[in-house]
Amino acid sequence: MTTAPQLDHLDPLLDPLLDPLLDPVRDAIDVEATRKLTAEQLDAFGAELDAIRRRILDDLGEEDADYIRRVVRIQRGFEVAGRALFYLPPAWPLAVGALAVSKIIENMEIGHNVMHGQYDWMGDPGLNSRMYDWDNVCPGEQWKYSHNYIHHTFTNVLGKDRDIGYGILRMDEDQKWHPYYLGNPLYALLLMVFFEWGVAMHDLEVENLVAGKRRLEENKALHAGIMRKVRRQALKDYVLFPALTGPLFPLTLAGNATANLIRNVWAFNIIFCGHFPAGVATFTEEECEDESRGHWYYRQLLGSANITGSPLFHLMTGNLSHQIEHHLFPDLPARRYPQVAEEVREICQRYGLTYNTGPLGRQLASVARKICRMALPPRNG
Amino acid sequence: MSTTAPSPAPTPGLSWGTRVLRSRVLAALASPHGVDRYLELVNPMWAAEEVRARVVEVRRETPSVATVVLQPTSTWRGHRAGQYVQVGIDLPGSAKRLTRCFTVSSAASVPGEQITLTVRAHEDADGRQSVSKALGEVRPGTVLHLSQAQGAFTLDESPATPTNNHLLLLTGGSGITPAMSILRTLLRDGYDGRAGRKVTFLHYARSPEDQIYADELAAIAAADNDVTVHLRHGEQVFSELELRRLVPAYRDTDTWVCGPSGLTDLVTTAYAGSSRLRTELFKAPRAGAGSAGGDVAFTRSGAEGTNTGATLLEQAEALGLRPESGCRMGICFSCTSRKTEGTVRNVLTGATSSAPDEDIQICVSAPVGDCAVEL
Repeated sequence: MTTAPQLDHLDPLLDPLLDPLLDPVRDAIDVEATRKLTAEQLDAFGAELDAIRRRILDDLGEEDADYIRRVVRIQRGFEVAGRALFYLPPAWPLAVGALAVSKIIENMEIGHNVMHGQYDWMGDPGLNSRMYDWDNVCPGEQWKYSHNYIHHTFTNVLGKDRDIGYGILRMDEDQKWHPYYLGNPLYALLLMVFFEWGVAMHDLEVENLVAGKRRLEENKALHAGIMRKVRRQALKDYVLFPALTGPLFPLTLAGNATANLIRNVWAFNIIFCGHFPAGVATFTEEECEDESRGHWYYRQLLGSANITGSPLFHLMTGNLSHQIEHHLFPDLPARRYPQVAEEVREICQRYGLTYNTGPLGRQLASVARKICRMALPPRNG
Repeated sequence: MSTTAPSPAPTPGLSWGTRVLRSRVLAALASPHGVDRYLELVNPMWAAEEVRARVVEVRRETPSVATVVLQPTSTWRGHRAGQYVQVGIDLPGSAKRLTRCFTVSSAASVPGEQITLTVRAHEDADGRQSVSKALGEVRPGTVLHLSQAQGAFTLDESPATPTNNHLLLLTGGSGITPAMSILRTLLRDGYDGRAGRKVTFLHYARSPEDQIYADELAAIAAADNDVTVHLRHGEQVFSELELRRLVPAYRDTDTWVCGPSGLTDLVTTAYAGSSRLRTELFKAPRAGAGSAGGDVAFTRSGAEGTNTGATLLEQAEALGLRPESGCRMGICFSCTSRKTEGTVRNVLTGATSSAPDEDIQICVSAPVGDCAVEL
């Protein structure tokens, strides 16, 4: 029971705006109906996924190494081209585009995946999760803790996975409603624009500070780490590179800021499509007590959603368009996800489990609708 | 020389280019990746901080031993005779870079100078590729990844201003390499025995065919330089009696001993705690015993225990350590630690691995037999 005030009358105002974008069939999928696997079935399901994992691990080799090194070369090429094109004022949009592409690839296909340890087996310090830091104001060291450990271990467990709404948004029915959440769409918009800053602040657990569950002193070391990284990123993008272009300083500064903004918007949208479209399940801590490996896989599957698209699109999402495969096998090189997707989907079909996927437009609309719906209190409260 | 004095004194010995590459401005521009991540894409021999080396030549010393001549990048700070270097090689076929320590066998080097490594090729074992074998068969032109020179098994007095101390170099097998670097440095830097300092070079090899540097040692022995060379082959193992005969006051003689533990153990006993003895041990990688048992050592904390067969994380915690860890199921890589020796089994996949100096996830790695981890 919730005692929140009823604001049902607002909902009909939103629905007509969003409804044309939605797929009524898929939204009608009852997640609860797919939660009917017995412990034995879960074990068998887990064994099948373990087999895929082992097969890929045994097959890792030169193709994977060549791939990631080629992506790094391409990314560095865009980066250098972007920085250089700022010297030609008419090419400003090209410069911004190249730098944005560089930052997107660096953060998503390289940074995110390398820091997951996907290429640690290569023994190359330049592609090692313990050494790598990304072109982003969030220090890699802190991100690895909240992402690799907290988010990937406790995926979509309410009260544990702080990536459900990032402590700012209400993204699930089971998060208690509060009038603060009327601003849900506005907060989401702000988070999108300032996404890298949101990611950097994530570990400070500001919402827990406000709630009195965390003391300010606990943030001291984290805060120092963030400020160090922020200073370096800002010095590079907003002082040194603009200064190197002399009289074009303001143009270069604006261009770098725009490239960072484009990366923020893109990353936010891809990542929100990974866990928040309709049909993605959340779990309670009780459900996950002493959970089996099969149940962990099952939770990763039901807690994630894919986006369909071309190989270029997959590259630009860092293969997070295969969020399901990423959550099942977070430490396998991401280029392997499209290779195993069909097989994973077939396994899910056999066990009667939802495999949530769709084109970008549809997944985004579904997320947008959820952000707006969750702004309002539950209808049957 | 110009008369205008530059205000901040430039670091001596560095070229203009190197100073630019190591400047704070360039580092800030290349942040967070570092200048070298960009340079290596243009030319692997360009570096600001890291050390790499191009293979110039590979010479065969014996059927199983090769000397690899390397041209390091300008970032190489040189080495003192007797030091070693970590060498990373991308193993052909597997895309894996493995790193091992090898002694620099050439005389002491200055920054940027060519060096040599002398490597005995061990066979591939337990399904893993042998680094020493790959290095012995490396093609000229290949780029290797180096550390700066490390180690304190060095000649601590200047060869240019020798004292009249007697020096004793006592080695076995491929342990000859640091002693050879010391001897070559002495001879290169003008040591000719006229200072009244004797050098005794005593080496044990399996057979005359296995004798590394045979021709060079014969030439050194024949020259008038006050260096005496004693080579022992096959059955002639180290004995205190023989050492006493060759160097009566050996316990009061500055001695460098390097070789397999069978030799260093005997020598250490003979020296009875004398501070004149300096030891460097060459360890052969240990093969797994195939079962639990053995001992587990956490080298940084000094904690040790009997191997219970549980994961290394659990065993460390049972010994009161609190290593960094996260998911405890092998996905988050928070607990990755350096295993220095021993075999571990991945409890998820069952795969075993015996490579020394390997980064492992301790939450899913259980030791098989003895194991040492830097924790």
